[in-house]
Amino acid sequence: MAFLIIDRRPQGRNKSAVNRQRFLRRYRKHIKEAVADAVNKRSITDTDRGDEISIPKKDVSEPIFRHGSGGRQHRVLPGNKEFITGDKIKRPTGGGAGGGGEASNTGEGMDEFVFELSRQEFLDFMFEDLELPNLVKKQLKETDTFKYIKGGYSNEGIPARLNIVQSIRSAKARRIALGGAIRRQIKRLKEELAALEESDGDEERISEIKAELNRLERRLNHVPFLDDFDLKYNNIIRQPQPTSNAVMFCLMDVSGSMTQDIKDLAKRFFILLHLFLKQTYKKTDVVFIRHHTVASEVDEEEFFYSRETGGTVVSSALEMMLKVIRDRYPSADWNIYAAQASDGENWQDDSPIARDLLMKGILPLVQFYAYVEITKSDDQALWKAYEELLEKHADSFAMKKVAEAADIFPVFHELFEKKSE
Amino acid sequence: MSERTLVVEGSEWTFDNLENLDFEIGRIAEGYRLNTYPNQIEIISAEQMMDAYSSTGMPLGYHHWSLGKQFLSTAQKYKRGHMGLAYELVINSNPCISYLMEENTLALQALVIAHACFGHNSFFKGNYLFKTWTDASAIVNYLMFAKGYVAECEERHGLEATEALLDSCHALMNYGVDRFRRPKPISADQEQQRQIEREEYQQQQVNDLWRTVPQKEEAADAEWPRFPEEPQENLLYFVEKNAPLLEPWEREIVRIVRKIAQYFYPQRQTKVMNEGWATFWHYTLLNTLYDEGLVDDGFMLEILQSHTNVIFQPEYDTPYYSGINPYTLGYEIFTDIRRICEAPTDEDKRFFPGFAGKDWLETVHHAMENFKDESFILQFLSPAVIRNMKLFNILDDDKNKEIEVTAIHDDQGYLQIREELSEQYNLSKQEPNIQVFEVDLRGNRSLTLQHIQHNRIPLDKEDATEVLKHLHHLWRFDVMLDSIQEDKVTNSYVCDDASVREADGEATD
Repeated sequence: MAFLIIDRRPQGRNKSAVNRQRFLRRYRKHIKEAVADAVNKRSITDTDRGDEISIPKKDVSEPIFRHGSGGRQHRVLPGNKEFITGDKIKRPTGGGAGGGGEASNTGEGMDEFVFELSRQEFLDFMFEDLELPNLVKKQLKETDTFKYIKGGYSNEGIPARLNIVQSIRSAKARRIALGGAIRRQIKRLKEELAALEESDGDEERISEIKAELNRLERRLNHVPFLDDFDLKYNNIIRQPQPTSNAVMFCLMDVSGSMTQDIKDLAKRFFILLHLFLKQTYKKTDVVFIRHHTVASEVDEEEFFYSRETGGTVVSSALEMMLKVIRDRYPSADWNIYAAQASDGENWQDDSPIARDLLMKGILPLVQFYAYVEITKSDDQALWKAYEELLEKHADSFAMKKVAEAADIFPVFHELFEKKSE
Repeated sequence: MSERTLVVEGSEWTFDNLENLDFEIGRIAEGYRLNTYPNQIEIISAEQMMDAYSSTGMPLGYHHWSLGKQFLSTAQKYKRGHMGLAYELVINSNPCISYLMEENTLALQALVIAHACFGHNSFFKGNYLFKTWTDASAIVNYLMFAKGYVAECEERHGLEATEALLDSCHALMNYGVDRFRRPKPISADQEQQRQIEREEYQQQQVNDLWRTVPQKEEAADAEWPRFPEEPQENLLYFVEKNAPLLEPWEREIVRIVRKIAQYFYPQRQTKVMNEGWATFWHYTLLNTLYDEGLVDDGFMLEILQSHTNVIFQPEYDTPYYSGINPYTLGYEIFTDIRRICEAPTDEDKRFFPGFAGKDWLETVHHAMENFKDESFILQFLSPAVIRNMKLFNILDDDKNKEIEVTAIHDDQGYLQIREELSEQYNLSKQEPNIQVFEVDLRGNRSLTLQHIQHNRIPLDKEDATEVLKHLHHLWRFDVMLDSIQEDKVTNSYVCDDASVREADGEATD
């Protein structure tokens, strides 16, 4: 008996990857809805993972002709215990489990088709259609990749890149240009010659013209078919692939007026933002500034998870931010984004100061500044102050209100929606 | 055996181990006259098994979202532990490819080798349906061709168009088989022949379907024969050959789906036999291996445990019940054939005068080679098996208030249970009987299908409506489906221009 044992394990394991992608593509709409749902339901700390997604089974079903219920159906079942021939059984109503299973031969199971999205797929769906606004490439610092693209033609190059069509074309143009005057002359002389020959004119003149024609034609032949400077080469240019230098400032109020709930919501927003940045841009710095009456720059861990109390002076954070920009992120080199989350409460006299700081100091430097106010109550002092900014800096300033967890993702989505310009 | 040394030791498999096992099992199988294609065993990981599983075991197939769906749901169930992966997968090809999972223990691998490489393999090679309907040596090449062709179409005609077409074909896949006519094997020569046929067909097309302007309307009326002259059961074939507006590439894709459906048709018809045969043989082969002293007790116990799981049959009233387990039923029948041959009782002699007391090996081979599920059960389901499985038959008639138990496992019941169970495996009864009835050649080119109801069992309305949409997508003119009960139309489905409405037609009076 012929045997062949092959170890296939080292070979690709993702044979179904394409089919999987096809499926995701086909149900994109469903999945996006489910993802948005899932984001809102999740706890703060575990946004950064894949998730189970369920979509209605009806939508993914593949119909075939099959029998419905009704008519006269025989069925053989195993495991008889108490029945004898002639027994009558009540028809089970509904598709209750274990009810004999007579009525439904359809195998209808759950109503939802459940499957798992990987982390990457999940994030892709989450941040689809979003982008960091106004991303102007200010300086291509830290360029580490290049892309080679066609960039027209050049007169110098290596033989392998010779563009024949362009070369011949320019050769022809040169030949036309150089021979133009001569050809005109030849034409004129030929006409004269024809006229003379017809009227039996001056023999001498005829031979003179012939000699001249001869000479001109020789000259014309001397115009080279292809000259060195006709040669055109495909020009390939090395285009630096910008890795955008972006820095994101996260500002959060951690004062006493911020309850744990509000903080959680703010954290959710920042985590989304953070994920989004990591997802979209490879090199993005993030600066965390938290404040109560004084601001301090902290690391991520402390920003999200440590507790503080006290009053609120928003401008302290803004000043801090300005200082950091001056010290480390010159706006000539960096695309600066900032997001501020607060419950809207501020020390009364500070709101105008904050507004002015933003207007004069910060907004001219940054690409985008998003303010999220987490409150259920009416407009707070800070909101009112900031409203003035909206008119003057519509491009680079946006503010939204968030009342509950379910609002976070939609608001986030709105703030960073891809704007067709 | 002269030397009583264990052929394998421990529970971890190695390639050497497997080879030894293969050799020994092969030797024993030969003793039982199991005739197989050459075996090709492939070791794969769990993920690869999921890949293979979700492509219904085809080593390569065209890309389609439904396979992705299959994969996702398999992976989901597997991860949640709802489902163990199949230990093995075997492909009806020559050489016969079997997949072994790396996670399996040595004993399990032995079980799989006996089950797949010798059980299924010999079934593929010996059963008349497979012999007549599928060509094991050509399938892998054909699948490769299909994959390439579909990919090319996607590139040329777009992903959406190709996908929509495949969706439509899949909806009709079960109606893409010839049940009675033996299909031609696929070969290079045939392909060429096909090319010519297709051209001829297109010619015919011009004559038949396009020349629809009747010259003399009145006279023509009587003369036009019905088209098709006979009802056609192979809907996809009919569509491929006759749909007026399909482009050549679309016809080719319809053909591909049809061919693949045809390839799987014997498997759908022999589920019980095939699994029963393989299960019967892994049990017999491995027991012989044990009897020869080549494996130890621990090894055998593990095999027996797995074997018991494989043939577990939940009773009808437990939540786990999801139909009769084909492994159990098939295994029970084959085992009982052997018992009837070796130690027949009076009852057996009465029921099976033909083979009771005869050579068991010959009888099981005969059974394997010449039957399909339906006839196999009708022929070989013995009272003993009915008693063992405590089978009973119920009648669910929507005209009666209650469900009636019409037969149980007793003397009066055996025959009825055998008949009804056989019917249950009759594919042409399990699936609604739907045929192409007529094409309105002179009028609007609408296509009419007929569903002949069996025992007044209606179609599932929702699905039927959806399938008609798919058929409309292929036919591109109105499509109608009449559901007929005793010569009366009880239900009509109409699909015109993608708006399907169910004309709840009462019988025409």
